[in-house]
Amino acid sequence: MIEVRGLRKRFGDVTALAGVDLDVAQGELFGLLGPNGAGKTTTIQLLTGLARPDAGTIRIAGIDSTRRPRAAQHLIGVVPDESNLYPELTGFDNLCFCGALYGMPARERKERAAELLKTFGLSEAAGRLFAGYSKGMKRKLTVAAGIIQRPRILFLDEPTTGIDVASARAIRQLIAELRRTGTTILLTTHYIEEAERLCDRIAFLVAGRIVRCDTLANLIQPVQGNRVLQLTVTGDAAAACARLAPAFPQIRFQALDGGDRIRAESRDEIRIGPLVRLLEQEGVGVLEARLMRPTLEEIFVRETGIEAAVMSREKEKAGGGA
Amino acid sequence: MKTWIACWNILRKDMRSYYLKPPNISWGLIFPLAWAGMFFIRSGAGLESARGLLPGVMCVSILFGTTSMLAVTVTFEKKSRSFERLLLAPIPLELLMLAKTAGAVLFGVLNAFVPVLMALFLADLSGVAWAALLPAVVLIAVSSTFLGLFIAVSVSEVFEAQTFSNFFRFPMIFLCGLFFPIARLPVWLRPLSYALPLTYGADALHAAAAHAGRLPLSVDLAVLAGFCLVLFLGSLRNVRRKWIV
Repeated sequence: MIEVRGLRKRFGDVTALAGVDLDVAQGELFGLLGPNGAGKTTTIQLLTGLARPDAGTIRIAGIDSTRRPRAAQHLIGVVPDESNLYPELTGFDNLCFCGALYGMPARERKERAAELLKTFGLSEAAGRLFAGYSKGMKRKLTVAAGIIQRPRILFLDEPTTGIDVASARAIRQLIAELRRTGTTILLTTHYIEEAERLCDRIAFLVAGRIVRCDTLANLIQPVQGNRVLQLTVTGDAAAACARLAPAFPQIRFQALDGGDRIRAESRDEIRIGPLVRLLEQEGVGVLEARLMRPTLEEIFVRETGIEAAVMSREKEKAGGGA
Repeated sequence: MKTWIACWNILRKDMRSYYLKPPNISWGLIFPLAWAGMFFIRSGAGLESARGLLPGVMCVSILFGTTSMLAVTVTFEKKSRSFERLLLAPIPLELLMLAKTAGAVLFGVLNAFVPVLMALFLADLSGVAWAALLPAVVLIAVSSTFLGLFIAVSVSEVFEAQTFSNFFRFPMIFLCGLFFPIARLPVWLRPLSYALPLTYGADALHAAAAHAGRLPLSVDLAVLAGFCLVLFLGSLRNVRRKWIV
């Protein structure tokens, strides 16, 4: 449904995209995961016709959208990274206007607007000006505006950034529902858990390049065999690691965040008893021992060298929140 | 059909949101009337001079009616990114920009006839060539609107749009032969007058309202149409070059 080959884009001296290849199948929910400045929004702008690539080809449902962007725009819906509806219009009028931009007749767009307002729990706010909406309400209405014309392909740029938990949850549920009904979705996010929960396939985009692209199962596969145990101890975790390492050479120990947690990783099964006994002999209490399942976050950190916490902090600084 | 639904709704939204708001209407009425009053008092002539003043007042009405909102709203929508909604719609860019400017053109044309309505009570307008006046009004409205559009797509900040609008608008009141003939301007300023579209619009209105045009009406209308084309194509080029980068 979406085929991208050798996509390149520069803004002055800055390389935003350095040769991106992508394939998104019909009905697939594809996640583009990366930190701020990785090129996620630029990718969406190029795919939706809001920007022109320096090189490369984009085909949307077989249409060469670099040559015929308007033809491709008939098929797509876009939820930009900012809630950019009209502040002077009501929620209902905003949706109707967005429907009209896609040529929906008056009666159809009014019915659809009412249906979407109900879906997002905004029916009571339908007659209020968009300018007076809360951040979460604005985001939900922006998502609704992106799907008013029932697009075959939906581009979602950071749909849950900066909104409350309940609104983010409602949007994620809607995304899952759209996927179930066959809409092809390209989602950009910096929330690793969101990509993990929703996407069929995920690409890691870093500094304008895709460093890895696969299904969640295949991404996790290389570390699936590893066992990871997390211990919460009394006292200094780094000192405890120093005591454990010589006694258990087959296990890799790491003190987490310089605090009271130890991460133990091994190709073989890790027996908790000997670890706990040794630590208690050394006067270190063990408060909790938890077997960890490999997460997408670990894979992301391994592949990109970027800590998930860094991504979140960047986004918070930029005004995000959820 | 779908494209026309989109274009009609863009026009309708802009009329409701921007042009038919009380501050814009009052600005569109008060400003030209204040200018007319000023020249009326300055000339010291009686009511018989009203017909001679009419082309100038109509030009000011159109110029300010079309450009006062358009340049600011387009820049504002671009800045707030709501203009992206229009750029994402499956409408040819040419039609999109025509729909976006149609509100200003309509408002400018309506504004032009407010002083005409008032003049009906003050002067004898029986000699006015309405068939010549109407196309002149429309072309002045279109060229002024496209001038506003050209300014809007050439700047990135709302205050720049306002400053640039005034940079063009206020000198045009004096340079384009609205209230006194270009022949009374210093010789070195006259080439500048003939480089401005409103000169030809004012001349066409003088010809239609008071049979006092300096150039043939067909020349005035053709030059105005040429300005419309150049300004519109220039604006489209700027949108493609600067907004779809």
